[in-house]
Amino acid sequence: MGIQANPHGTTGFLGWIDDRFPLTKIWKDHVAEYYAPKNFNFWYYFGSLAMLVLVNQLLTGIFLAMHYKPSAAEAFSSVEYIMRDVPFGDLLRYLHSTGASAFFIVVYLHMYRGLIYGSYRKPRELIWIFGCLIYLVLMAEAFAGYVLPWGQMSYWGAQVIISLFGAIPVIGPDLVIWIQGDYVPSDATLNRLFSLHVVALPFVLVGLVVAHLMALHEVGSNNPDGIDIKENKDENGVPRDGIAFHPYYTVKDLFGVSIFLTLFLGVVFFLPDAGGYFLEKPNFEEANPAVTPEHIAPVWYFTPFYAMLRAVPDKLGGVIVMFAAVLILFVLPWLDRSKVRSIRYKGWISKVAMITFAINFVVLAWLGLEPPSDAKTLAARVGTVIYFLFFLLMPIYTKMESTKPVPARVTS
Amino acid sequence: MSTAGVDESKRRFLTLTGVAVGGVGAVAAATPFLASMAPSERAKALGAPVTVDISKLEPGQLLIATWRGSPVWIVRRTEEMLATLDDVTPQLSDPESAAEQQPEYAENQYRSLRPEVLVMVGRCTHLGCSPTFRPEYPAEDLGKNWYGGFFCPCHGSKFDLAGRVYKGVPAPLNMPVPPHHYLDDNTVVVGEDPEIA
Repeated sequence: MGIQANPHGTTGFLGWIDDRFPLTKIWKDHVAEYYAPKNFNFWYYFGSLAMLVLVNQLLTGIFLAMHYKPSAAEAFSSVEYIMRDVPFGDLLRYLHSTGASAFFIVVYLHMYRGLIYGSYRKPRELIWIFGCLIYLVLMAEAFAGYVLPWGQMSYWGAQVIISLFGAIPVIGPDLVIWIQGDYVPSDATLNRLFSLHVVALPFVLVGLVVAHLMALHEVGSNNPDGIDIKENKDENGVPRDGIAFHPYYTVKDLFGVSIFLTLFLGVVFFLPDAGGYFLEKPNFEEANPAVTPEHIAPVWYFTPFYAMLRAVPDKLGGVIVMFAAVLILFVLPWLDRSKVRSIRYKGWISKVAMITFAINFVVLAWLGLEPPSDAKTLAARVGTVIYFLFFLLMPIYTKMESTKPVPARVTS
Repeated sequence: MSTAGVDESKRRFLTLTGVAVGGVGAVAAATPFLASMAPSERAKALGAPVTVDISKLEPGQLLIATWRGSPVWIVRRTEEMLATLDDVTPQLSDPESAAEQQPEYAENQYRSLRPEVLVMVGRCTHLGCSPTFRPEYPAEDLGKNWYGGFFCPCHGSKFDLAGRVYKGVPAPLNMPVPPHHYLDDNTVVVGEDPEIA
């Protein structure tokens, strides 16, 4: 019958708790006796690093919100106040702003890991979909956060992004006014984006992370060989190719954390604006609705999609293409028809496709940062087509190519 | 638990009606939240139509009013200015004002209710800069196909004296004409459509 209190039979104070709350059970199920494949490589650092950055964002965000003023009249000067007058305020802000870019770096690498090792394949479709939702919410969160300093790029970025909704037929113009809460981006817009950034979206984000991990621990982790380790268990029911998450992977992840923090804090301490890529230069000027910056570009992590938006000559078409580029990720588990999960055993077409996709994504990111020119628009169009072909042709090339035999046990 | 004697169809009916009533309640409960995000009374008051007296506006002059935070230009065009609108047509990308950048009643060659009076939001359709009024032509710095109009110093977009955009400039669209109507000969209301007679 259902749940049994204290299945591990602990005694004493811990036993008293376990009779009432599944503390030992949670610890064993998810940490000490969660068996992960023993062949995790470098690519498997980025999941735990994403969690670390999330904690960094929540923690620094709470303290920044103690000093920040979400009003059009005071926002910019309150950020200056944080930078100059609040003890360690500049450090808190740089941890938060660099954390935003770091979040996208580790998330992009984490997603690419899933892509190359087929971590989205059955039975892990929901892990992938929760992950895609996290990515979507993360983009909304990052956008809202970027508006808060109310600098020139905050204001004009908000103007450009919100006006995208105006391309929707019939309801578009009214929808824009509703989103802004005014006829132009204004105090009302800033105030509501603050509310979304510090309350609504973090709640959703944390909830989705919990769902992502619950789904992962239900079916177990994939690995670079794409082999199901649960098919080969020893007499105790422990997968022969599995090792306990703690202490083996907690220690491995701590090593990854130490390398990450070295690089991350290096940027925070010595190059917090990353030469205009993490904090764009026009944003050091207060928002001015009468003066448009010379060149409006979103922060680097949005630029692949921005390049696709600009590549389409029609405004509504561009908006559709941009959103489709994100939404197509959700159906990936059903586009891959290969007999094998991992790129290690897929054919050469998949390997070429995967490398082309990665290079193309970086090129699109660069094009999205640049002012448009005829040659660059053409390049962005080619890049957009390549991006979509990677997904749309996947059912064909993954099915027709010959794959290598998958070993029975993981390789080291 | 015994299920003998359970009236399944009544149970289904109660479930469905329960869900339907609950659904109506959920929509009703969502309304105040969603409605609270619409422009507040204060925002609406600040965005209310503005009344402009144009009795002192001489032919050829431009007057700047402010509506919803944007500059609104009112230009009393001369006969010569209106004549240029024909000459400039081949240089324009949307001479017929096909794109919806004006209310229906301004969907004409002059893009206005009255041919001589132009009412237009003074924002470049490229990135929202405010172009400058350059009625004189030929103008050395604006090329030989210039017939007078508005020039955006930010990225070089050109518009004619009806705010129609030239070909080959960054701005994609004609400049927007706001809803407007006249109370009398010399009073224009910006931000409100004329009442349909």
